[in-house]
Amino acid sequence: MLQVQGLVNRFGTQVVHDGLDMEVRADEVFGIVGGSGAGKSVLLRTILGLQRPIAGVVRIDGGDITRMSGAQLRSVKAHYGVTFQAGALYTGLTVLQNVQLPMIEHLELERSALQELALLRIRLVGLPAEAARKYPAELSGGMVKRAALARALALDPRLLFLDEPTSGLDPVSAAAFDELVLYLQKQLRLTIVMITHDLDSIFRTCNRVGVIVDGRMESDTLQRIVDHPHPWIRAYFHGERARARRGAAHGA
Amino acid sequence: MSLEVRRTDEGLELELTGEWVAQRVPAIESGLAAVDLAAARQVSIATQRLSALDLSGAWALRQLLSRARAAGVAVSFRGPPPDQLRLLEEILSDTSPVGAPAASGPPAREPLTAIGRNAVLAGRDLLHALAFVGRASTTLLRGLARPRRLRPISIARHVYDTGLTAVPIVALIAFLISVIIAYMSAKQLRGLGADIYVVDLVAIGVLRELGVLLTSIIVAGRSGSAFAAELGSMRLNEEVDALIATGVDPFEVLVLPRVLGLTLALPLLTIIADLTGLTGGALLCRYLLDMPLTQYVSRVNEAIASTTFWVGLVKAPVFAVLIALAGCYRGLQVRESARELGRLVTVAVVQAIFCVILADALFAVLFMEMDI
Repeated sequence: MLQVQGLVNRFGTQVVHDGLDMEVRADEVFGIVGGSGAGKSVLLRTILGLQRPIAGVVRIDGGDITRMSGAQLRSVKAHYGVTFQAGALYTGLTVLQNVQLPMIEHLELERSALQELALLRIRLVGLPAEAARKYPAELSGGMVKRAALARALALDPRLLFLDEPTSGLDPVSAAAFDELVLYLQKQLRLTIVMITHDLDSIFRTCNRVGVIVDGRMESDTLQRIVDHPHPWIRAYFHGERARARRGAAHGA
Repeated sequence: MSLEVRRTDEGLELELTGEWVAQRVPAIESGLAAVDLAAARQVSIATQRLSALDLSGAWALRQLLSRARAAGVAVSFRGPPPDQLRLLEEILSDTSPVGAPAASGPPAREPLTAIGRNAVLAGRDLLHALAFVGRASTTLLRGLARPRRLRPISIARHVYDTGLTAVPIVALIAFLISVIIAYMSAKQLRGLGADIYVVDLVAIGVLRELGVLLTSIIVAGRSGSAFAAELGSMRLNEEVDALIATGVDPFEVLVLPRVLGLTLALPLLTIIADLTGLTGGALLCRYLLDMPLTQYVSRVNEAIASTTFWVGLVKAPVFAVLIALAGCYRGLQVRESARELGRLVTVAVVQAIFCVILADALFAVLFMEMDI
């Protein structure tokens, strides 16, 4: 579904990625983890074609997007959906119009079909119908995340990128969002790539996890990556917070 | 082809083929629209040859099913119905105030109501603007008591941004405008044998009015918009709220340095505009009217009174305050959306230019009454 090979990204003398490899298989939820500044966002930007790498290959559905022309890239972009960390909803448009925008750009639908298909997405992510009329500024944090997800699903993508989908949400909303992601993944047979810091989210949703350390990625199934010997990965999964989480899980 | 239709004795057999995905929905819809349910008693649908079905495709299929149900035609699937259809039912069943809430604009109003409402809004806006000016003034007074609170470094930055970087464009425009005036008037006055008065026109015109007015308009476009955009995006980013929450007065750190910086920069720019304007006049007189430079200089001295230069310059700080206040006021009004930011930046520039020209007219009347 998605392969990254030998990715190199540098800003000046600062090396962000130094031969990073990553593979995401169809129908899995793949979590990307890394310290602040490890290059998670740069990796996502590279995969989305927002930024060209210095070296390396990024294949989405077999095609190498780092060598594609603008027009080819455009057609690839119709096949994946993205949600950004802060939602990045268009503030001048209502939620309904936000969802319709990619459809108008990529599909030639009539007005009524456009309206119904957009409303369908809004209901799919569990937003009430009256939220469709609202502007992003009138939504709560959790609703913004859901609206962003509805927009990402506008073109029925097979592949979905989520950048910190649960950051800034309370634990209850975050858990509900995790359930939504799992539900959609199962029902729509999505492949999901998720950048996250939320340990609960990782344990609940991810099949496999890739950790960015020292400009490379260590990826494996969740069970095995937890026992990886690298000190940062150990600190991440066995640190104070992780222990507290596990302790709570055992106690329950 | 996404659909094969066969007629049988009982009704229709539909065979779905190919990809029923979002990209192909228009084609699928037109294919489905062509299906004539009128003569059929039952419809049987086969999905085995479907290579892909996504939510949009399932939605199109569901449209056909509800059409069939409305026409009283029985629908059956050969094989199990697709999962996507079940998902769709699940989504659409739990909340069903059917009929989309159409995006509605503001309700249509009677013209008279609209006039009244706009008058009230304009009055309120004026009141808010006055309050803004008042708060800026009290902040200034408090700052004068403790000069460190005036943020000299921030002021210096704004003098640089609004003044120094504007020098090339201001100089160029003042130069060109005085060339235009000299050229136009030379053509008219030469016929009367009054070439020498070209110098009077350029000198008085540039020093009294055009130097400061054009500079102010350029600065309103450059810096008034910059102020509004900068403060507006800070608002969108909740930076202004963050300042207030940390107990920092945004008037003190955002508004006042901009107002004071521009108040220092605009007079300096005006002097530069005056200089290059006079230079432009001199060059044109030298080459177009063959007037020696010494004669130009002595004529300028005769033409202008001791006050002419100051009459122009004294307006500059007033215009600067108007431009900076308009920019900051509109910038801080931005709420919620990027579109609002664009609108208010436009309003800021338009109102800054309007205020400058209005103030200039008042100055003209004032100076006339004062006989200078």
